[in-house]
Amino acid sequence: MTASAHMQAPDTDPGYNFAYLDEATKRMIRRTLLKAIAIPGHQIPFGAREMPLPYGWGTGGIQVTASILGPDDTLKVIDQGADDTTNAVSIRRFFHRVAGVRTTTRTAEATIIQTRHRIPERPLTEGQVMVFQVPMPEPLFKLEPRLAETRRLHALGDYSLAQVKLYEDIARQGEGGSSYSHPVMVNHRYLMSPSPIPGFDNPKLHMSPALMLFGAGREKKIYAVPPYTSVVSLDFDDHPFRPVRAPHACAACGSTTSYLDEIVTDDRGGRMFVCSDTDHCAENQMARKAAE
Amino acid sequence: MYVAVKGGDAAIAAAHAWLAEQRRGDTALPELSAAQVAEQLGLAVDRVMAEGSCHDRELAALAIKQARGDLIEAAFLLRAYRNTLTRFPAAEPVDTGAMRVRRRISATYKDMPGGQVLGPTFDYTHRLLDFALLAEGEAPTPPEESEATGAPMPRVSDILAQEGLMRREPPGDDAPPPDLTRDPLPFPAPRALRLQSLARGDEGFLLGLGYSTQRGYGNAHPFVAELRMGEVEVLITPPELGFPISLGEITVTECQMVNQFAGQADTPPQFTRGYGLSLGHSERKAMAMALVDRALMARDLGEEVTAPAQDHEFVLLHADNVEATGFVEHLKLPHHVDFQSELEKLRSIRARWEAARNGVAEAAE
Amino acid sequence: MKTGFTDPVLDAQAGFRALMQAMARPGRVQQVIPPPELPAGLEAAAAATILTLADAETPLWTDAGEEARAWITFHTGAPLVAEPASAMLLLNTGATMPALATLHAGEDETPQDGATLIRQVTGLAEGSGWRLTGPGIEREHHLAVMGVPGDFPAQWRANAARFPRGVDVVLCAGGRLAALPRSVALREGG
Ligand SMILES: [Zn+2]
Repeated sequence: MTASAHMQAPDTDPGYNFAYLDEATKRMIRRTLLKAIAIPGHQIPFGAREMPLPYGWGTGGIQVTASILGPDDTLKVIDQGADDTTNAVSIRRFFHRVAGVRTTTRTAEATIIQTRHRIPERPLTEGQVMVFQVPMPEPLFKLEPRLAETRRLHALGDYSLAQVKLYEDIARQGEGGSSYSHPVMVNHRYLMSPSPIPGFDNPKLHMSPALMLFGAGREKKIYAVPPYTSVVSLDFDDHPFRPVRAPHACAACGSTTSYLDEIVTDDRGGRMFVCSDTDHCAENQMARKAAE
Repeated sequence: MYVAVKGGDAAIAAAHAWLAEQRRGDTALPELSAAQVAEQLGLAVDRVMAEGSCHDRELAALAIKQARGDLIEAAFLLRAYRNTLTRFPAAEPVDTGAMRVRRRISATYKDMPGGQVLGPTFDYTHRLLDFALLAEGEAPTPPEESEATGAPMPRVSDILAQEGLMRREPPGDDAPPPDLTRDPLPFPAPRALRLQSLARGDEGFLLGLGYSTQRGYGNAHPFVAELRMGEVEVLITPPELGFPISLGEITVTECQMVNQFAGQADTPPQFTRGYGLSLGHSERKAMAMALVDRALMARDLGEEVTAPAQDHEFVLLHADNVEATGFVEHLKLPHHVDFQSELEKLRSIRARWEAARNGVAEAAE
Repeated sequence: MKTGFTDPVLDAQAGFRALMQAMARPGRVQQVIPPPELPAGLEAAAAATILTLADAETPLWTDAGEEARAWITFHTGAPLVAEPASAMLLLNTGATMPALATLHAGEDETPQDGATLIRQVTGLAEGSGWRLTGPGIEREHHLAVMGVPGDFPAQWRANAARFPRGVDVVLCAGGRLAALPRSVALREGG
């Protein structure tokens, strides 16, 4: 797929309300979103609906997108950084069908970007909203599965469980933290799961010009990070959080700064590395061609 | 260039076409109709209605046909459809005491008003494959007219309650019942929401949990006071009319289990009730539900909560098979971005581990 | 009865996006699509906010007049409550403003239950007035508001001090609105 692919907006499917959800559901989600923005990083339970796509496929993100999307928007959907992975294609088709909205693969053109597992490489702008699909919104769930208890810990701002875990990891392995879904402190108050993005993307959340919305359908939670908000990966002064990428250049565009997918090319240890962000890679390739 | 899981559009279209072909199977055989599914695979239809939270035999049969017999997939189809329906006022509570009973048994009394009615049950069949069904057999001979017709059948739990031995349920209020499908579940969960959750919960999960309470995981001493199945009338009271009107009849299975309860300072020793109600004919489900319902009451009754079946969050957040299957199966979606970061991390930790080990080896030399 | 939104689906979406931007970028003034007709006492931004957010699930308190109350009930179905403290949404058009400290602020575990006060003011201007800092603001925003009580900044400081509990405020003037989420810090003058 080329970077400039614009899909024609068809007429909306007449069998469904604009963007599928009924208006009462949208209002409920919209009220939740406003409170989520007002309390950065705080998870708010919401009456998630049963969507025609399976739980785990992005039903939370889809409900958030459906509640904010309008006819003037241009929607981009990515999974693993790519626009043409099957689930991204499927979700883009869904909104194309039920909202007739303009879609794009170009990060620069998008007003709403729904994503699973990545934040685009191209810096986001004030005109953009990110919508994250979230499987497990609770950053403490591996340490304390009981929601009644984690809710209490968030109210107290007691994150010692997470700090002790990080300390133990460092003591045992020499480095700490999860390589993805690494928890962040938002606005110095709430510990938050950034969704399963690689740690490499965590710094992009900090003081971003774009609004970040997070939807967890199965777990029925919504949370948000407003633009220009402090987002700090959980770490210790003597073991600062370190975003990691594969130490290679992209085989397609030559980038040495983008996050890379590792591709197995044969059964004798052959490996190739290419950008996970397909739009970014295509832009780099075009720029390289233009320079030649 | 080799690129994993890409070219999605064409792949999805091809997968859907292949799926449709597989669903139909050998076209030399006649196509199965939804009506045939509804009539001849009735218990599958009942399970899909129960777990799909939607009483519509025709649509449940369609869902089973479309899902190629995958009952969880069928329940999911039915639920997604249900979510698009307009909501009318909540129905009046169904009166199972007025049920047109097809089956009714009690394990606690040898006989009682209305008697025991065995009804259409597998209970006393010998589980021998009936090879006559391989050949398209003749219609079975209808049973003789049931002895149950006409006689009133008070609920066994009501008989116990008359003696004052049954714990009185707290009276309901006139507030509309909470709706699990509209609002997130709070914890600890009120019983109305627990029962809603269990009623649409996975039969297999509840069966395993109910079984665990019988094996010492939770303090259960259950008796089946009554298991009844049959047709009940569904009534709604439109606000503009102010009196109830009938929407028709549905089939339900109800199980009331009695358990002894030691009592507390202000409560005499008495029986407590575990309650199960399932759409359609689903005895295993209704019984498992009743066991788990009783286990979940531990907290309210001041009993010690020690077993998985007594734990609200553990039971209610894992009972829904549409949620569970979604999250388990989503692991097959691409995760290579996260896996890549995990790879890099493991390589880094491994390098540190090897350096440390070599350091130890050198120091020892 | 005066009509509501011309297009109930798309106008509500536009109204929400204005509110979302306002809440995400405190002190930035947003424009709404005005409803074609307004009941007496309600201006476009306040009316659009109500049509966007209110329904049978949102107990609403208002000091607006009879026509506005009937219009809200007809178009949203929101139950009207007499006590500001029991409201989830408050539409305040009169000279006096309910004290922020008396409104529902949520609980420690459920701060999202804190109320939203929609206050109709006489003027909003960016670039001067209160100095706002906090989430949504890169360095600082300035917002001048005409038509709030003189002690509003003091009330706001008390509101922000109980964060994450608290009340969020939407200020509406004509067809424009700005928001103060509870996370924002407000200082008077320069
Ligand atoms: Zn590249």
